[in-house]
Amino acid sequence: MNEISNKWIGKNTVRPDGAEKVTGRAQYSSDTTMPGMIWGHVLRSPHPHAKIISINTKKAEALEGVKSVITSKDIVDFPLDKPVMLGIQDMRWMCRNIMARDKVLFHGHPLAAVAATTEAIAEKACNLIEVEYEILPWAIDIEDAIKDDAPILHDHIHFDGKPSNIAGTLEHKKGDIEEGFEKADVIIERDFKTEAVHQGYLETHSCLVSVAADGRATIWSSSQGQFMVRAMTSFLTGIPQSNIRAIPAEIGGGFGGKTIVYLEPLATVMSQKTGRPVKIVMNREDTMRASGPTSGSKSKIKIGATKDGKIVAAQGIYYLQAGAFPGSPIRGAAGCSLAPYDIPNAHTFGYDVVSNRSKVAAYRAPGAPIGAYGVECVLDEIAESLKICPLELRKINAAKEGTKAVHGPVFPKMGYIETLDAAINHPHYKAPLGKHQGRGVASGFWFNAGGESSAQLNITEDGNVVVTTGHPDVGGSRASIANITAELLGINHDRVSVLIGDTATIGYSNLTGGSRVLFASALVVTESAQIVINQLKQRAAKIWGIDEDAIDWENGEARPAGDNAGKFAPLTLAEIADKATATGGPIGAGYQVNTEGAEGGFATHICDVEVDMDLGIVRVKRYTSIQDVGKAIHPDYVEGQLQGGCAQGIGWALSEEYIYNKDGHLDNTGFLDYRMPVCSDLPMLDTVIIEVPNPKHPQGVRGVGEVPLVPPLAAISNAVYQAIGKRSYSLPMSPPKVLKIIEGS
Amino acid sequence: MAKIQVSTNINNESVEYLCEPHDTMLSVLRNQLDLTGSKESCGSGDCGSCSVILDGELVCSCLMLAAEAEGSKLETIEGMSEGGKLHALQQKFLEKAALQCGICTPGFLMASKALLDHNPTPTETEVRFWLAGNLCRCTGYDKIVKAVLEVADDMKESA
Repeated sequence: MNEISNKWIGKNTVRPDGAEKVTGRAQYSSDTTMPGMIWGHVLRSPHPHAKIISINTKKAEALEGVKSVITSKDIVDFPLDKPVMLGIQDMRWMCRNIMARDKVLFHGHPLAAVAATTEAIAEKACNLIEVEYEILPWAIDIEDAIKDDAPILHDHIHFDGKPSNIAGTLEHKKGDIEEGFEKADVIIERDFKTEAVHQGYLETHSCLVSVAADGRATIWSSSQGQFMVRAMTSFLTGIPQSNIRAIPAEIGGGFGGKTIVYLEPLATVMSQKTGRPVKIVMNREDTMRASGPTSGSKSKIKIGATKDGKIVAAQGIYYLQAGAFPGSPIRGAAGCSLAPYDIPNAHTFGYDVVSNRSKVAAYRAPGAPIGAYGVECVLDEIAESLKICPLELRKINAAKEGTKAVHGPVFPKMGYIETLDAAINHPHYKAPLGKHQGRGVASGFWFNAGGESSAQLNITEDGNVVVTTGHPDVGGSRASIANITAELLGINHDRVSVLIGDTATIGYSNLTGGSRVLFASALVVTESAQIVINQLKQRAAKIWGIDEDAIDWENGEARPAGDNAGKFAPLTLAEIADKATATGGPIGAGYQVNTEGAEGGFATHICDVEVDMDLGIVRVKRYTSIQDVGKAIHPDYVEGQLQGGCAQGIGWALSEEYIYNKDGHLDNTGFLDYRMPVCSDLPMLDTVIIEVPNPKHPQGVRGVGEVPLVPPLAAISNAVYQAIGKRSYSLPMSPPKVLKIIEGS
Repeated sequence: MAKIQVSTNINNESVEYLCEPHDTMLSVLRNQLDLTGSKESCGSGDCGSCSVILDGELVCSCLMLAAEAEGSKLETIEGMSEGGKLHALQQKFLEKAALQCGICTPGFLMASKALLDHNPTPTETEVRFWLAGNLCRCTGYDKIVKAVLEVADDMKESA
């Protein structure tokens, strides 16, 4: 085993979970069954806003095959006067989101659920539930929700001293913007609008829950955090966490949308009541109607610069849709939008606006794409009016090590300027353009995140390695952990298995989200590996009868550190494992910590589009994503993150939007009408990986997954302007809208 | 209403099942035959996650009635590898990181196999239009298209 290179970090290894996924054997949440299993179905509101006068479940209960009917009475109530937080989620809203109390607040809001012997019977029973509503006026769009006589969703939420749909605000300030704008030679101020878009994960929500006769619950579901599933289910059902085992199924995409629960508490309660395992699968229509999209928004961006291109003041005011309950990602919009720049005077302000839409959920760099969209489009106009190359303008103002960001922190060593230089020097940026083609650029930032993480690294009796971590793997994190483990232990990659533990088999680990997983899990795996290497050295010391300090671990074997240590033939991992019982027992270690030191990520994108001047269709012809990733542990999966985020950005910019009709119903709940990019819509998506290692991480890792979705909206918008000579200030740039801009004055 | 008895062939094995007239092929594959490799992501034929090959033609099994399989030959993802050996497309998807979450992967593999069965030397554009019925939200399709083109190249060389 010693002839191998011992250089696994940066190698495109085959993922440990790959063979099961290409053969259809990988178990996603809806692939699991249990003996005696019954099926659940959820009754949803047909109205966008209504008081629930009464719910009569008698007819449903009488239907043959029906085993349980539940309503909000069966879910733990969290009174409105006191927040109960789990991370960023407030259980007051969560209990009302999974099952309406008193009022339904959006089309698709759950208000009862049925478990029955078949899915069809459960659905039929839902239709037999009689609900008396008092229909209330509703507000879907931000403008309607914040006007003086707007229908109020939550009477207890006040703003400016009166009931309001503005549920919260967030502000960042630096310097004095009034003074700053006075120094400006050019000031551009624009209004922007974006529509709500869905994460678009192809696996809809589903779960299987079995509550045994002793009251212990086992949950199989796909989520971005089995510990989140356990905690939320515990809050919402009253079952202690120690009696809930949440097993993470393979996850069929999440992108932030699977960081909260919808079905698990309902299935748990119905399994408790019936003594049968209960499975619920949400269909696509309900997934679109009632699971989190990200916010639609309106914003006003004002930026002032001097003649030589120095930005002297910037302001961003953002209104973000929260859906029916507070909690839109204003932090991402207000915090990330100006972060790429060193601006002396800046002000960002975010409003969290509730309206009669489904509650938003996180979506890849939550809020940041919305923030960057307006800022990066206005910068394009500033560059144009000053006749400066837009990338040069960004370089003049680029944040660097030591810059104090508008949102507070002082940046450490980072690679933003490197992304700009790479863009300026990229052949793409100099390539000629054809007729009706245009090129746009934009940059973006995301905070990234650390947080709680646990790992266990065990040496098998035959001298191989099993690593368990606690974060669901959404796009290749197991492959990266295998690379790191192989590197640290100096062994061949294929001797490492990486598993995702459930809540009973691995220590608490926070959500897969915020681009934190590889940062955090690499840290705890590294610590675990160091402990294990020390154990291996101790065992070798015992075998040889020398001091453990006189032993080195190198290329997967213990060696005497020097001639003074004595002459011994190296002991391989397998040889030491073979003697484990005699030398002290099993070899393995775990490590758990609240990881710190995640540093932000920056990207710069270049996009070419071609516009069909007759049909208004915008086609992306070429796209290059350039990003500082810190260190690419598995370059192919890093590229995959860049490409996937870019494709989602193209959808957001050009074709995806939530469309509500005059009755307050979501009108496009299928993939035919909610148009995500398909293969023939896209070109190859080029990437440039910049590696400026994060000094606070053993392998230099920064988060990767979020940033790729931040620049595309503006990059594409700026490209469309170059192609047609007129600017669009709202998304999506769908054919009818683009035609209007082309034909307009 | 009486159930329909269906005799068919799935992955080169004779299979018999009883189904309701309205049962889809996908629901029978998943819920009766334990062939859960075919996925339901939309149920309306828009995403291709449930792609199977019926008598040589690529179909969405969510749009096909289970009763229609009578006397047919059906290929699903579970039959793609033979004797524990991965199909060239499966191997290439792994090597080229052409999957992230993997939920769309069975559908893409079946669609790609159907493409190469019909057209062993597709252009990039042909690959993109053939696979336009399969949604992937993770990859941006780049590595999938490259993997399919490489398999086609490999086949050409070994032919």
